[in-house]
Amino acid sequence: MIKVFVPRDSSALGLGAEEVALAIQAEAEKRQVAIELIRNGSRGLYWLEPLVEVATPQGRIAYGPVTIADVPRLFEAGFHNGGAHPLALGLTEEIPYLKRQERLTFARVGITDPVSLDDYLAHDGYRGLKRALTMAPAAMVEEVTESGLRGRGGAAFPTGIKWRTVLNTSSAQKYIVCNADEGDSGTFSDRMIMEGDPFVLIEGMTIAGLAVGATDGFIYLRCEYPDAEVALNAAIESATAQGYLGDNILGSGKAFRLEVRLGAGAYVCGEETSLLESLEGKRGLVRFKPPLPAIEGLFGQPTVINNVISLASVPIILDKGAAFYKDYGMGRSRGTLPIQLAGNLKQPGLVERAFGVTLREILYDFGGGSQSGRPIKAVQVGGPLGAYLPESQFDTPLDYEAFTALWAVLGHGGVVAFDETVDMSKMARYGMEFCAVESCGKCTPCRIGSTRGVEIIDKIRAGEETERQVALLRDLSDTMLASSLCALGGMTPYPVLSALNHFPEDFGVTSAQ
Amino acid sequence: MSDHSATANFPMAVALRLIQMNDPAFDSERVSGIIAELKTKPGALLPILHAIQEVLGYVPGECVPLIATELNLSRAEVHGVISFYHYFRGTPPGRHTVYICRAEACQAMGSEALEAYAKSSLGVDYHENTRDGAITLEPVYCLGNCACSPSIMVDKKVHGRVSPKRFDDIMNLTRSAS
Repeated sequence: MIKVFVPRDSSALGLGAEEVALAIQAEAEKRQVAIELIRNGSRGLYWLEPLVEVATPQGRIAYGPVTIADVPRLFEAGFHNGGAHPLALGLTEEIPYLKRQERLTFARVGITDPVSLDDYLAHDGYRGLKRALTMAPAAMVEEVTESGLRGRGGAAFPTGIKWRTVLNTSSAQKYIVCNADEGDSGTFSDRMIMEGDPFVLIEGMTIAGLAVGATDGFIYLRCEYPDAEVALNAAIESATAQGYLGDNILGSGKAFRLEVRLGAGAYVCGEETSLLESLEGKRGLVRFKPPLPAIEGLFGQPTVINNVISLASVPIILDKGAAFYKDYGMGRSRGTLPIQLAGNLKQPGLVERAFGVTLREILYDFGGGSQSGRPIKAVQVGGPLGAYLPESQFDTPLDYEAFTALWAVLGHGGVVAFDETVDMSKMARYGMEFCAVESCGKCTPCRIGSTRGVEIIDKIRAGEETERQVALLRDLSDTMLASSLCALGGMTPYPVLSALNHFPEDFGVTSAQ
Repeated sequence: MSDHSATANFPMAVALRLIQMNDPAFDSERVSGIIAELKTKPGALLPILHAIQEVLGYVPGECVPLIATELNLSRAEVHGVISFYHYFRGTPPGRHTVYICRAEACQAMGSEALEAYAKSSLGVDYHENTRDGAITLEPVYCLGNCACSPSIMVDKKVHGRVSPKRFDDIMNLTRSAS
């Protein structure tokens, strides 16, 4: 039986993967070719989606991007035996974009059937959990601390320290909460994991539960990801049926239960305390800290709240050991970062590399430069609250501290490229507008400041008393930076001021201002 | 100030009756069933609102007192939660909802032109229904489809690299799908 792979990833589906899968099935029947159609996750080479793969004795061979019109000719060319065709890309693993990556967290994504537990187990799945079950909770926490893993949601707080705080509390009820409210523009690595390898997240959460003594977990998933919800629920169901979740995990007598909860389109609920309020069934208003969620989190109980990628990186750390993971990276940024390339690029997609790769390598060696063919003028890294970087900063290595030194952030690893047609004063205005739309309203600098910010930038764009308005914008930004309750108001000045500082000509001001 | 006091004095009972007259979808038994099924979950309010909107297409105003009573919350608290989240709606949508991504990655690939095209070709602004009741247009801030921008979502299906021509094709298919 010939194995043919067509992704079920939502981006691939959005380019016609479902129709291609149906056409391949129908054409195979018509030609009486016996195939087994497997719906895998995406390899993350999105300019080639829908990417169809065929298993051959030499390895998997890729074809893409495939449309339904290509399907009959693919069969004529004998693609099901790896035959030559204009869309043939050779062995998938040899495609330079993929070959030059260091896939640890994404080791299985695009390779396995995401909702098949057997496939997960056959590809080193649940080895981390099995080792964890032989360890004391403190040793598990120590392993994660020692690996150097820092929160991949954006704040980069050491994951192990968070876990230790929860472990050291004495509460009878503790929780593991996965922040799957991936709202940053230009980011999709959480979605790819949840759709393409949901078991790795489930395994990571289960290990977290065992490590800190939590018996219940919630995945707070944004409602814009319906395909991820389906994949997660299917995976939770089979993990529960096979004893990997539930009241007696693999006969250990330890319990861990997991439930998916949907958000409802509020960006601020990606902020951890706002997310907890939302999980409790309330408006997503940001909480004051302290108390930290690790002490008083969900329903007032000690709670580990981690991003999808942080949790999905835990199984390989427990499986291969802290030293293996820590060996990747630079400085205090250890391990790998799944970088998401988006916007105006020839080859957008998912690139997992050790920290230290430069922005220029990512944009040109992987991204292939702008799709429009015009020079890349600015790059926003780290979502809507991340700074815009000009060409002169493209040699910066992807490293938390290197970005901080530039008054920029790595955030969740999203990279959005803009060509020279972009008007940066418009992007700055959008930054403020977005903050106004999404502010939870609890603190004044964010709630009111963002609206005033839009008005000020409108005046600057109209050329009204530019010098005075620019001074006012800087003053307002200082207030938002210093006195907002959370990162939404507190970081909106990053895109706004970086746009102004690096591209003053787009605001009609000279750099001296 | 006078405007505010006029609103404050508007009797709640009258307001509720006015909402009820316009709410053919409200099905008290069905809503009560949903609430009864989910109310024992910890933090039950969002799951209840999602379930109601999934079935009825929106959350009719009459649900508010029912939910409030069952969850031992004030009506203001329930209303406050519904109005906080962009996804929950208090008015009936069209047969299909089209979300256009307004976030930066899509902007880098021309989503502003797509937004303008969608509004003019459908003859609606955001949060409005087309005259034939087929389509509601909504903005969305990121669909996680950033490598295939610009993006839209129709009900629960994402579409990538959406040109005006492709937008028309998708709308035609959507309308013909009933």
